[in-house]
Amino acid sequence: MSYDYPDERGHFGQYGGRYVAETLMPALLELEQAYAEARNDPEFQKEIDYYLKNYVGRPSPLYFAERLTAELGGAKVYLKREDLNHTGAHKVNNTVGQILLARRMGKKKVIAETGAGQHGVATATVAALFGMECEVFMGTEDIRRQSLNVFRMKLLGAKVTGVTSGTATLKDAMNDALRHWVTHVRDTFYVIGTVAGPHPYPLMVRDFQAVIGTEAKEQILAAEGRLPDVAVACIGGGSNAIGLFYPFIGDSEVGLLGVEAAGLGIETGKHAASLGAGTPGVLHGNKTSLLQDADGQIQHAHSISAGLDYPGVGPEHAHLQDIERACYVAVTDDEALAAFRKLTEIEGIIPALESAHAIAQVIKMAPSMSPDQIILVCLSGRGDKDINTVAQAMKVEL
Amino acid sequence: MSRLQHTFDELKKRGEAALIPFITAGDPNPQMTLALIRTLAAAGADVIELGVPFSDPMADGPTIQAASERALAAGTTLATVLDIVTQARLELQIPLVLMGYYNPVFRYGVKRFAADAATAGVDGLLLVDLPPEEMAEIKPVTDAVGIPLITLLAPTTPPERMRRLAAAAQGYIYYVSMTGVTGTQAVTPAAIRDTVVQLKTMTQVPVAVGFGITTAAAALEVAEFADAVVVGSALVNIIGKYGTDNGMLEKVGSFTKALKQSCRK
Repeated sequence: MSYDYPDERGHFGQYGGRYVAETLMPALLELEQAYAEARNDPEFQKEIDYYLKNYVGRPSPLYFAERLTAELGGAKVYLKREDLNHTGAHKVNNTVGQILLARRMGKKKVIAETGAGQHGVATATVAALFGMECEVFMGTEDIRRQSLNVFRMKLLGAKVTGVTSGTATLKDAMNDALRHWVTHVRDTFYVIGTVAGPHPYPLMVRDFQAVIGTEAKEQILAAEGRLPDVAVACIGGGSNAIGLFYPFIGDSEVGLLGVEAAGLGIETGKHAASLGAGTPGVLHGNKTSLLQDADGQIQHAHSISAGLDYPGVGPEHAHLQDIERACYVAVTDDEALAAFRKLTEIEGIIPALESAHAIAQVIKMAPSMSPDQIILVCLSGRGDKDINTVAQAMKVEL
Repeated sequence: MSRLQHTFDELKKRGEAALIPFITAGDPNPQMTLALIRTLAAAGADVIELGVPFSDPMADGPTIQAASERALAAGTTLATVLDIVTQARLELQIPLVLMGYYNPVFRYGVKRFAADAATAGVDGLLLVDLPPEEMAEIKPVTDAVGIPLITLLAPTTPPERMRRLAAAAQGYIYYVSMTGVTGTQAVTPAAIRDTVVQLKTMTQVPVAVGFGITTAAAALEVAEFADAVVVGSALVNIIGKYGTDNGMLEKVGSFTKALKQSCRK
């Protein structure tokens, strides 16, 4: 199939775009131009490759989960091990790219929003590496849930600014990061952590994360001599999923399956399934599928995983759903917790709660597939940061 | 001739700048908004910007965020705001401009909104997060019912872009006087004077200046060179402080009178 999105103004079908205040428009146009130049500059790509290899530790392994496969008794399960990256998640693929672009543009300060803290840590890490000033906006509710990552960011020299407005989670952190950017747009680069936000962010972050799928494709061909039947990834904003999916979009034999957070269950209204249960709307600079009420007010998301706790999703996922190139399902907090424990117990891999959602879907679907079929799943991050949350859910006192 | 244009023409004849107060519709509650519109009009306001509350007002500072939250808690929706305009129109001719974020309008349905807004008597629409690059999806519809889409320009807008947008502007231009969110810094009139004077030569429509004008003294300085002065957070602060107390309307009224006095120069 031919797939050529976004268009030159950042639209993925009816989604995407640049819905921001005039104060930011010139900065976005400047960023768009700077990125277009960098994208065509082999030197820039070489620089990214250098840091991805020597600093992040890429390529990340593709691991055949033999015991999980045997236990599920169906399709072969391969894990793309983004949890083994420096800083413990896929987020750093993107922050390396964006900080190199910021440096190229002569910016000295970076800001970021963060939910679980993984993107905040990944931004603070590269800011330390390149000697840039870094401020991370984080909801006070998430600061409470993710104290370990907050301390990591501070050790890395970042200023962590608590956000108390709204629900005090990722959505509000993004509001305040945008407000800060409006005020300091002349000297500050905003490192957005997912494939959302105004154009060119969804394009740029996709480019930086596509290394996941590009490597995985090569690795699965080497291991199995063919492409997987389905590629599975969890979706909050959707950056690890786009990273995995994008290089397979033209391979129509590969199913693309995104897994959202069903929280306490879609029917309870306490979930974060913005594709499964959302409607089109405009938030944080792009048109996408949102959890909102009939009057266009954004609703609260819920997930046990702070990284999926967001009422929107990257516009490209909304488009992939519309054109039926990708499918999106949701798994509950409980299913994710069970998957978290299963992978830990039988593979010795503690996944992030976000990634545990993808594993939970694999546990559901693999048994009904045949042993000669292949599931490729993105293990987007490691679970050390979630130990407190999991202990609490298991009613264990640490 | 539209109410908006008539108002600006009359002011020009008298050599006055327009005073455009901004309040968030539904703050502290929808009934009080109608009373506030009456008070503002009686105290000399020339145009009123009614904020449509939104859950995620990313271009607003803490004052207007809080007002939005109060309005939403009082059950205000876009339909409520249109009702308020309909009621105000039974007794008042003052131009009413809706200001807010795109999502509530998009969700309401652009066509349905334009028709209902025109029927209610809305005189202009300012959508903070709908830049000219994305306006095409709504402009044909608002043009068809004769509701101008107000253009925002900012200190970060480059000269070439400013010329292009100013030439195409409808209703009036809202010049954002500082690089920031609403109500967080005070305007420095001398710093924007040259830009505003230049901007006036690039456009057929009046140029209003807002964001950071908090006192009658600042309004006086800005009125020297701008066609209109927008005051938002300073008024919303009074409403936030006194809420439904007796005396809130009186305080809003006397502050508005002082601001209008400044606009008469």
